[in-house]
Amino acid sequence: MSYWYAFWDALPIEMLHWDFMKNALLALLLMGPLFGLMSTMIVTGRMSFFSDALGHAAFTGIAIGAICGLAAPTWAAVIFSVVFSLVFSFVRSRSNQAADTLIGVFSSTAVALGIFVATLGGGSFTKYNKYLIGDILSVTPAEIAMLAVVLFAVILFWVICANRLTLTAIHPQLASSRGIPVGFSQTLFTAAIAVVVTLSISSVGLLILNSLLVLPAAASRNIARNLKQYHILSVLFALAAGVGGLIVSYYSGSSAGAAISLILAGIFAVTFCFRKARA
Amino acid sequence: MNLDIHGGSCGHSCCLRVENLSVKIGTDQILNNINLHVHCGEMVALIGPNGAGKSTFLKAILGQLEYQGVIAFSQPGRRSSKPRIGYVPQSPAFDPSDPVSVADLFACCMSKRPAFLGLGKSMKQLVPECLERVHGEDLANKRIGALSGGELQRVLLALALEPMPNILILDEPLSGVDVEGMEALMDMLDEIRKNYDLSILMTTHDFSMLRRYADQVVLIDHAVLIQGEPDRVLSSEEFSRTFHTKGGRA
Repeated sequence: MSYWYAFWDALPIEMLHWDFMKNALLALLLMGPLFGLMSTMIVTGRMSFFSDALGHAAFTGIAIGAICGLAAPTWAAVIFSVVFSLVFSFVRSRSNQAADTLIGVFSSTAVALGIFVATLGGGSFTKYNKYLIGDILSVTPAEIAMLAVVLFAVILFWVICANRLTLTAIHPQLASSRGIPVGFSQTLFTAAIAVVVTLSISSVGLLILNSLLVLPAAASRNIARNLKQYHILSVLFALAAGVGGLIVSYYSGSSAGAAISLILAGIFAVTFCFRKARA
Repeated sequence: MNLDIHGGSCGHSCCLRVENLSVKIGTDQILNNINLHVHCGEMVALIGPNGAGKSTFLKAILGQLEYQGVIAFSQPGRRSSKPRIGYVPQSPAFDPSDPVSVADLFACCMSKRPAFLGLGKSMKQLVPECLERVHGEDLANKRIGALSGGELQRVLLALALEPMPNILILDEPLSGVDVEGMEALMDMLDEIRKNYDLSILMTTHDFSMLRRYADQVVLIDHAVLIQGEPDRVLSSEEFSRTFHTKGGRA
């Protein structure tokens, strides 16, 4: 981290003379490829609402961990989210209800449980606000290290599993006929989303997390013609919105998370106008 | 699923032998005591009204659901424990907005190198070769969502033919394809069957091509009602009774 700090101190850029801005920039440079990659599969697999529900489940896990007196409630949240995702996968595979209905059932249950546990015995809800809204400007070097580890794990997972996950997402029956264990692949991916969402939520918050998990790939799909372009554009959009949002928030004094989400929405709007240009 | 290196009990060289196949899902008996022999190099068409169990039958052969009875494959010249089944699914399940090119689809199915990194050397060579078999060399860089019904069927067929299977199974390959495309597709299937001595089993709701291309037609409605040469089945009482009372296109 000292090299990172020294590098920006040597440059005449005022906003990056603050340590919290240097931390936020580094975190966003890690989050760009992390969420840019994850969002491609989430959108292709029609799991946008599911990632949102997982965010709520993570919050519930943190509340349960805190009430149990755990020193690091994040790990309680990871376990809760993975169990949540596995139960959801099990119910989805055995129910004839639409996926969005089941996501609604699980999401509202998780939120209700989280609030119930957090306010148990007259407890205050305020201390959990940072998980819901988040503040990228308060990200710590330890949280940045965690994001780097998660990014490395996701890249490894992607290199090994991307082909079978893509085929499972675009045509499960074709995937099954090619010998891919469709149910296992879907469960593995939902568990991976659960881990990434939960480990990231304490440092970045639910708002920015959800927009980064859906909007980069949604914008990329408007103009990408193949998987290579889809992934490259999704990562670039996430990076551009992260850095752009940080600059906008610094000079306008607004929330960085909201600025990042709005820039992503703007990118989506622009790419939407060019959607017919692709073959 | 069993393997049978020898011929079937019918006296011909059987590529696929189905005996006393029954499938029950919950309390519903979807298939009841189905018997069918597909001979090597033969094209067999499976017809029947909606809900007759055609797709369930294909799923049983693909090993995607539990069944009672015998499904046995013969594999001349092969000692491998698993039969190679080429499968062409019903096509409309693709999302037209997916940013997946035809070459990407091949890479996802056949390559260990992640498709999002672009095609490796071997795939750059293999994809045009596979598409050439179905006269689709120009389709490699097209998005799968931008393909016409006939083009998509050709791409799925090219995928199913690599590696060359023992039997090719097609689920409603003619649905969503215009009349000219249907004829071109059936001509191509006929050509592939002859060139590679490939057995083909397909379901269809379109009977106009059967007399010209199919060797055997099997009419099912939870059980086999009649099977044999196209003329015999299409002019049978069972055929008229099934489709005149339950609808369909003759």
